[in-house]
Amino acid sequence: MQKDVIFAGFGGQGILLMGSILAHAAMDLGFEVAWVPSYGAEMRGGTANCTVVIGDRPIGSPIIKNPQHLVAMTRPSLEKFGPLVKPGGVILINSSLIPVSSGRDDVDEIKVPANDIAMKVGSVKAANIVALSAFVARSRFLDYDMVIACMKNQFGSKDKLIQMNLEAMEAGKKAAQ
Amino acid sequence: MAKVLMKGNEAIGEAAIRAGCKNYFAYPITPQSEVAEYLARRMKDVGGVFLQGESEVAVSYMLFGAAACGERVFTTSSSPGISLMSEGISYMAGAQLPVVLVNIVRGGPGLGGILPSQGDYFQATKGGGHGDYRLLVMAPASVQEAVEMVMAAFPLAEKYRNPVMIIGDGLIGQMMEPVEFPDDLVSEPTNKDDWATNGMDSRNAGTPNIVKSLHLDSKILNDLNLTLKAKYDRMKKEEIRYEAYNTDGDYRVLIVSYGTMSRVCRTAVDNLKESGFEVGMIRPKTLFPFPLEAIRKAAQKDSCKAVISIELSMGQMVEDVERAVQGKKPVEWYGMCGGDIPTPEEVMDVVRKLG
Repeated sequence: MQKDVIFAGFGGQGILLMGSILAHAAMDLGFEVAWVPSYGAEMRGGTANCTVVIGDRPIGSPIIKNPQHLVAMTRPSLEKFGPLVKPGGVILINSSLIPVSSGRDDVDEIKVPANDIAMKVGSVKAANIVALSAFVARSRFLDYDMVIACMKNQFGSKDKLIQMNLEAMEAGKKAAQ
Repeated sequence: MAKVLMKGNEAIGEAAIRAGCKNYFAYPITPQSEVAEYLARRMKDVGGVFLQGESEVAVSYMLFGAAACGERVFTTSSSPGISLMSEGISYMAGAQLPVVLVNIVRGGPGLGGILPSQGDYFQATKGGGHGDYRLLVMAPASVQEAVEMVMAAFPLAEKYRNPVMIIGDGLIGQMMEPVEFPDDLVSEPTNKDDWATNGMDSRNAGTPNIVKSLHLDSKILNDLNLTLKAKYDRMKKEEIRYEAYNTDGDYRVLIVSYGTMSRVCRTAVDNLKESGFEVGMIRPKTLFPFPLEAIRKAAQKDSCKAVISIELSMGQMVEDVERAVQGKKPVEWYGMCGGDIPTPEEVMDVVRKLG
């Protein structure tokens, strides 16, 4: 078994963090895992993406040209990666910022207004957690409860942030149904 | 100890600390700058030193000086930085100093790019600086292996009184994977009283130690080079490390690949196996000393039609593979240089045509 997903958007949206939380969850569940970021001349407002690959045996190539799943947080990232997703995968579209569809009829496309939902629970910064939750709930990429646990770990002792992000996760999960 | 998820660059920094190294000198360069970021914070916790040099040339002589004093030292850099250090590295080899160097290779020549590359194979294994010297060179294929190689590098550098280099690339440096820091690789610095300039008052010695690489007397210099040669010959006997993958059965093609590129090849080997096409792989973990004998034997198998060196360079390791195979089987090369990494499918296409 091997699964992979690309998270894509622009710098500042918490793209790398989404992948990191998912990768931690995979590790804690005992999977082999690799998290690979785009790197180099990255900056706030520029593009950012990361790939998470999990498997039940050592991961060979962690560079994925045709991902199984995509979480697109901005329109350019949907346009770049949408056509590359393998048939049957999930394409999650952050419809708060993306007014279009992927144009694919061979994938499971879901639209989640992640920014709007995040603002309702307290901060637009939680849009990444909304989308992560919606993605995991929809794709069953791995055990949902472990993602909650790893999100909590991520925010450590900041109870307020944890509370808000728990609400973000709950709202994201609902939006994915 | 439980596994932790770490970026390669940070794990390399932590591994050096766990290995008892408290001296890190470096100059920032993508794609390895996170090592310095990490150690700038972490060295303080362990009472160590991180000093950013004014250039890589300066860094190389900070390493030289601290190593001459008997300290465990290391640096990290990327290709153009290693070029600048190469003068100092030659001096370290000449003065027989144990120094650990990590090169997170980027594309070249010149400033090149910052994406994964294996274009520094020649530089690492055939010299780089001037004079007759070798580095002990290791190439990890995962973050865990990078940790283990860094931890092992310090005692190896001391065993041979020779610089040890670990070469990775942007993928190894930037990727996060689960890692643990094996307790059995923790080592104490060896006693350097016999040669280090560590102070007459702290050891029982009647004469001062001198660390230098200048020898104007022809016989003395020749003797030094014979001493170095004996060390490199000993490395060839004792330090060759490699992984043989899917080599038990009758494979039609033998791949030789290392580091990041070998991970893609491993996936290709698995996929080809599923389609009934058997391919073996030798993955050198040490690039110097090189697993010549293992490759020679693996190539000799009757079923093996051809050997191919697959590397992120325009054909560097392939010269050592040819040396190993000694013309007994055709030796081919496949690779890329711009920073893109061939996909398993591309590797499969190339390999199928050979068998």
